[in-house]
Amino acid sequence: MQNAKDLKEYRCEMQESLDNTFLRQALDTFAVAYRGSRAKAFAGFDINRLVADVAAAKDAVLPRLDELFREFKKNAEAAGVTVHFAKDADEANAIIIRIAQETGSHKIIKSKSMTAEETLLNHALEDQGLEVTETDLGEFIIQLRHEGPSHMVMPAIHLSRHQVGDLFTDVTGARQEPDIDRLVKVARRELRAKFIDADMGITGANFAITETGAIGLVTNEGNARLVTTLPRVHVALLGIDKLVPTLEDALKILKVLPRNATGQNITSYVTWITGANECASAPGRKKDIHFVVLDNGRLEMAKDPLFSQVFRCVRCGACANVCPVYRLVGGHKMGHIYIGAIGLILTYFFHGPDKAKNLVQNCINCEACKDVCAGGIDLPRLIKQVHVRIQDTKGHPLPSLLLGQVLKNRKLFHTLLRSAKWAQKPVAGSDGFMRHLPMMFFKEHDFKALPTIAETPFRDRWPGLRMEVAKPRVKIGLFSGCVQDFVYPEQMEAAVRLFADHQVGMTFPLSQSCCGLPLQMMGEAKTSRDVALQNIRAFAQEDVDHIVTLCASCASHLKHNYPVLLADDPKLADQARVFAAKVIDFSSFTHDILGLQAKDFTGDGRRATFHSPCHLCRGLGVHDAPRDLIRAAGLEYKEAAESEVCCGFGGTFSAKFPELSAELLKKKLDNVELTGAEILLTDCPGCIMQLRGGLKKRGSQILVQHTAEALACRRKDK
Amino acid sequence: MTMTGDKDRRTDLCSRFTEKATAVSAVVRQIATINDAFAYCANLCGTGQEKIIAAPGLESSHYDLLADQCGKNGLTCINSGMRGHLSGVDIGFTMADIGIAETGTLVINCPGEELRLATMLCEYHICVLPCSKIVRDAFAADQQLRTYMRKAPNYTAFITGASRTADIERVLALGVHGPLELHILLLED
Ligand code: SF4
Ligand code: SF4
Repeated sequence: MQNAKDLKEYRCEMQESLDNTFLRQALDTFAVAYRGSRAKAFAGFDINRLVADVAAAKDAVLPRLDELFREFKKNAEAAGVTVHFAKDADEANAIIIRIAQETGSHKIIKSKSMTAEETLLNHALEDQGLEVTETDLGEFIIQLRHEGPSHMVMPAIHLSRHQVGDLFTDVTGARQEPDIDRLVKVARRELRAKFIDADMGITGANFAITETGAIGLVTNEGNARLVTTLPRVHVALLGIDKLVPTLEDALKILKVLPRNATGQNITSYVTWITGANECASAPGRKKDIHFVVLDNGRLEMAKDPLFSQVFRCVRCGACANVCPVYRLVGGHKMGHIYIGAIGLILTYFFHGPDKAKNLVQNCINCEACKDVCAGGIDLPRLIKQVHVRIQDTKGHPLPSLLLGQVLKNRKLFHTLLRSAKWAQKPVAGSDGFMRHLPMMFFKEHDFKALPTIAETPFRDRWPGLRMEVAKPRVKIGLFSGCVQDFVYPEQMEAAVRLFADHQVGMTFPLSQSCCGLPLQMMGEAKTSRDVALQNIRAFAQEDVDHIVTLCASCASHLKHNYPVLLADDPKLADQARVFAAKVIDFSSFTHDILGLQAKDFTGDGRRATFHSPCHLCRGLGVHDAPRDLIRAAGLEYKEAAESEVCCGFGGTFSAKFPELSAELLKKKLDNVELTGAEILLTDCPGCIMQLRGGLKKRGSQILVQHTAEALACRRKDK
Repeated sequence: MTMTGDKDRRTDLCSRFTEKATAVSAVVRQIATINDAFAYCANLCGTGQEKIIAAPGLESSHYDLLADQCGKNGLTCINSGMRGHLSGVDIGFTMADIGIAETGTLVINCPGEELRLATMLCEYHICVLPCSKIVRDAFAADQQLRTYMRKAPNYTAFITGASRTADIERVLALGVHGPLELHILLLED
């Protein structure tokens, strides 16, 4: 649950999680194990196709929602179900309370339902004096602890066997050892009695099939089967997003859901219920059965051109499983009720901007969630967009506004960067790191050494570097991004030297500016668009085949976000698409287009490893090119564990959440050091800043370079 | 399709089913006749103890054979009255309607409460699956499933392995609410 007033309080709460050793260990093990079991469950399948099938099935529902709901209601009622529509959480709870009263139900058993968590149904029922028992083991545990779930699929993942043992000792009044098998049997015994006595069973539903009026439940424990069978009354509470036209659609989702959630091919039980089934404890041996279909903001979401894709969510929880921030702080700090990437978004829609305002800033934009989403939802984009909406209504914080104003005006921005060079003089060391941090940085930044602004930016060096290539085999425009222009110009120079050897015609349009990603990250949508336009115009006059950048984040932003940012104007959108199509990252250009091979280099056999920037591996789908190049350059390549996990830089994220950034960096560097590599290479200046700073603090001798630098100094005919 | 092609396909589906069901800790055995299933059931219990076997879904000729077999072993066999045994029976004995090879899943159409409870409230669930009823994946059973669901009221269960949970420290534990073990008897028909 999210009750933090402001970012500061929120950061304090997260520190508690960071200090919780059990939680950290549990989530670490889980993150690594999950990746393996998911891959195994999908082996032999074309995941992208399965995900596309889910997305298409769900998208097709959107324009037909009203009609499908009517059909579902008609078919379900013909089979003996009473179907209710609830516009919000209070209404849903009131309907269920009324059903309990009318049926004289006092004892209620529940199987796991995120929708019931969303409406805080248990509280509402208990306020009426009704006895509610959760029967899913995890939910049973957290109910006894008066907590919310910390994961959508594994609600008690934050607890240890010792905590559960103590809890069960209290509940049963007898000492319970922390032995998992035995604890499970204790719950089995305790709960069996509750099943027998219950008047009413409440479940959620994973599918509501309109063609038959049936619902489908996907579970592992088998408690939902008892909940829907033993009591005389059954109420299923489900979001209207669970509607699917046919059984076939449901089966498409079922093919992905368990594999993506827990790496199971299918759950132990999938239960399909149509109509009022036989029930020996009910009058006339017929179950009194109700479906409560909840809106609570979903219908509005369905009409939104951007957010309607949230309907594709099948609640598999995978977006939390892979999220590096979730892995650090756990679900209670990374969601209000719904957890993980989707939780950041749903919190805004279901629980309002106040609950969401701190949460939405806690995304490092690594795209790991988007990469595994069962519905192919562009989660990081939606998270940013929620941030934009909150700022647009609640007001923009000053630093964010200032950044916007500065970046909008390229000359002003560059002048500031040049003068920062002078401002840092008194604190800069001769080794390119700042000795003491300037006032403008918080003390929490101390986990890494920050670089200094370069003496001469790349844009000033360019006139001296440019050379005419008589018959270029390919013509490119260089996009530097601000970090390589002003902090690491030597990386750009290295690339220029390498390209010059291979007849590449190069230009560097001087009116280019920051790519605008930091603005996007700060939720400054308007200035982000302004900056995009500036850059497109800067390259519009150039006759080039490719626009090459050494920064993976810039590349991914230019390629994927520019067309979206300018989509509102058809003419500009066209220009943006032409521009975006030309954008390519350094390694792909060097490997795929130039085709550089071992014969182009003289290697020295030193051991090197690679950190894969989020925006390279997931943003651009590039995996092999840089590794192949490193080997071709004659280095001994050694893959590091979790080489595609975020290093914790995330641009402005590391300034907002320095504690989280530091932890991610620590893990990254531990894995790097384990390879025994002398050289750490990567394709993004932001990552380099983070990695170099962290290694420097550790006193490590590992050399951090851009892949371009490592290749340039091993050119054959240099 | 030729006869041999058909046979190959069937063997292939059977072995795929077996592989997938075994992977989720179901015990899978081949049997030649339905009588073998009754013997298996009676033997699983051992003899001379007060054990209850519930087999509510069986057609009467089969039920009689099973009850006979159980009687010889001193076991109690029932085909109704599950509500009188809510704390559980020892064995639930059922017949599957469909088997899904892709996931090792049993499909049991069980609108009748007795049959449903027999699959939920037992310690051991023994289910006979005729090989001819195994299909490639759930989509291949789409028509049949729709037929069940259209004939309301209906309760159709997909059952894959034993009841399981990983809710404490993600450690797998079997039998949290449903059966502790699932035994599947593949009947060559
Ligand atoms: S983009 Fe990365 S940090 Fe953000 S929610 Fe997704 S996985 Fe988490
Ligand atoms: S957003 Fe995607 S990954 Fe996250 S729970 Fe929903 S379907 Fe699963």
